[in-house]
Amino acid sequence: MTVPLLDQGAASIAAAVREARVAAVEVFGAAHGRLLESHAGPDGIHAVLSTAEPPTVAPTSGPLAGVPVAIKDNIATLTLPTSCGSRILEHWVSPYEATAARKLREAGASLIGKTNMDEFAMGSSTENSAYGPSRNPHDRTRAPGGSSGGSAAAVAAGIAPIALGSETGGSVRQPAAFCGVVGVKPTYGRVSRFGLVAFASSLDGIGVFGRTVDDAALATEIVSGHDPHDATSAAVEPAAMRIGPGTLDGLVIGVPREYFPDSLDPSVRERCDRAREALRAQGATLRDVSLPHTDLAIPVYYIIAPAECSANLARFDGVRYGMRIEGDGIRAMYEATRAAGFGAEVTRRILLGTYVLSAGYYDAYYRKAQQVRELIRSDFDAVFASGVQALFTPTTPTPAFALGAISDPYEMYLSDIFTVTANLAGVPAMSVPIGRVGGLPVGGQILARHFDETTMFRVAYALEEALGAEAAR
Amino acid sequence: MAVTPDDVRHVAGLARLGIPEDALARYVEQLNGILSHMEVLQRVKGEAEATPPDAGMALREDRVAPVPLAIARERFAPRMRDGFFLVPRLATHEDAGEEP
Repeated sequence: MTVPLLDQGAASIAAAVREARVAAVEVFGAAHGRLLESHAGPDGIHAVLSTAEPPTVAPTSGPLAGVPVAIKDNIATLTLPTSCGSRILEHWVSPYEATAARKLREAGASLIGKTNMDEFAMGSSTENSAYGPSRNPHDRTRAPGGSSGGSAAAVAAGIAPIALGSETGGSVRQPAAFCGVVGVKPTYGRVSRFGLVAFASSLDGIGVFGRTVDDAALATEIVSGHDPHDATSAAVEPAAMRIGPGTLDGLVIGVPREYFPDSLDPSVRERCDRAREALRAQGATLRDVSLPHTDLAIPVYYIIAPAECSANLARFDGVRYGMRIEGDGIRAMYEATRAAGFGAEVTRRILLGTYVLSAGYYDAYYRKAQQVRELIRSDFDAVFASGVQALFTPTTPTPAFALGAISDPYEMYLSDIFTVTANLAGVPAMSVPIGRVGGLPVGGQILARHFDETTMFRVAYALEEALGAEAAR
Repeated sequence: MAVTPDDVRHVAGLARLGIPEDALARYVEQLNGILSHMEVLQRVKGEAEATPPDAGMALREDRVAPVPLAIARERFAPRMRDGFFLVPRLATHEDAGEEP
């Protein structure tokens, strides 16, 4: 059986376009056909909010020549709106382009559309999108995860082999796990945040989705690099990521016990056990390790992220961007605009963030959270200093939950329990499919030292190779 | 440290957020619910007290540099005059000069 070109991986598509075996516009047409098919009907996946026109100047060169890519709606692009899944920025088109989007374009990629997301990236299911939730392509009654759920669903549905998302606490890895695709959060500073609409600046970063480890590695290499437009972009040597499968001989992989609590879904635990065996079979030595402050990560994250969001979202005031609701005086205009423009979760986080920064509460909450963040970072430093080169954990405590199943905000926050630590510590992390339970994908998470994406991808390639078709069963 | 309706009104005011009175009780309950999970941080003593809060977050000099706009300012501004943006006037700015 011939595999459709769109499913052969980004490198194969690009080679076919460069060698003129297929035109970029034909690839775009195939991707657009998938988009229409997957979005049809009341249970359409609703992954894409706005759809691009076919490329007018068809790319014929570049490592991503003619490869369709989807980009999250909080990453600035020139040709489509950047609404951040919010009413307050509905129809807003950026006058400049995110560095990561520009790099994909310059590599020859064709933008297929901007993808759905929880409003301003605050959420874990896309249910906080002002434009309605996306659906998981594996079971359309379930959430694709979030906040980058639209990008994950678009890749899982085969619309694009590569998509960009953003991470603040796991918003690429969690939806990647739920949708059975690869999701990469590079080291903080590896990929420019220029053009990524800010949520929590000390945690935010652009991440990559791929159908395979190779697609994800290719795209992550392309979007990486120092950018003078982002003051937190790191001037470091590029890391080799597209290294291909190999053995794990000599590699020590830590398995932190705090990520395997008694409450872990038994089916997730069982898939992780199989993945550990696969890593061992590839030559790795697995070692039981401890990251003792892990249980404090969610409280720390949900103080720091809302605090930073309350400052970053102050700019959406009816004067500078997007919608304006007139009121009796300028203060009433601000309040009416923000009340009408922001949804419930964004409002909740702005209130929470303002509260923990306000006089009388700053030391008890914000300062304390910053101190404990340092302890979480120190946990990672200590474990990597002990001779461990990578870590393996489940990406999420459960497979994808049903849309509408979680109404308590804090219960929703707990779905990030295994992912927020990497953002707090700034280390690279990625999710790789490791199997299915009742048709629902399960993700395994690989973490590595700051700027050591090479080791992270080395483990990911080996795991994908070892599990083979088992990861899709 | 229970959050009261007055606390929510106060922080909403600081954040320039309009909160309808009938939504106030819900936000009070939710904020108290979320913050109750944060109390666990208070048990961390000693080593955390000595940790500088900003350690490890190295930032470079924040220099002003031109933003590479793909669209000239003149094209996305409502109007410009003498290099300045003219934006829609606010209702309270009766004395702000001529209409843009």
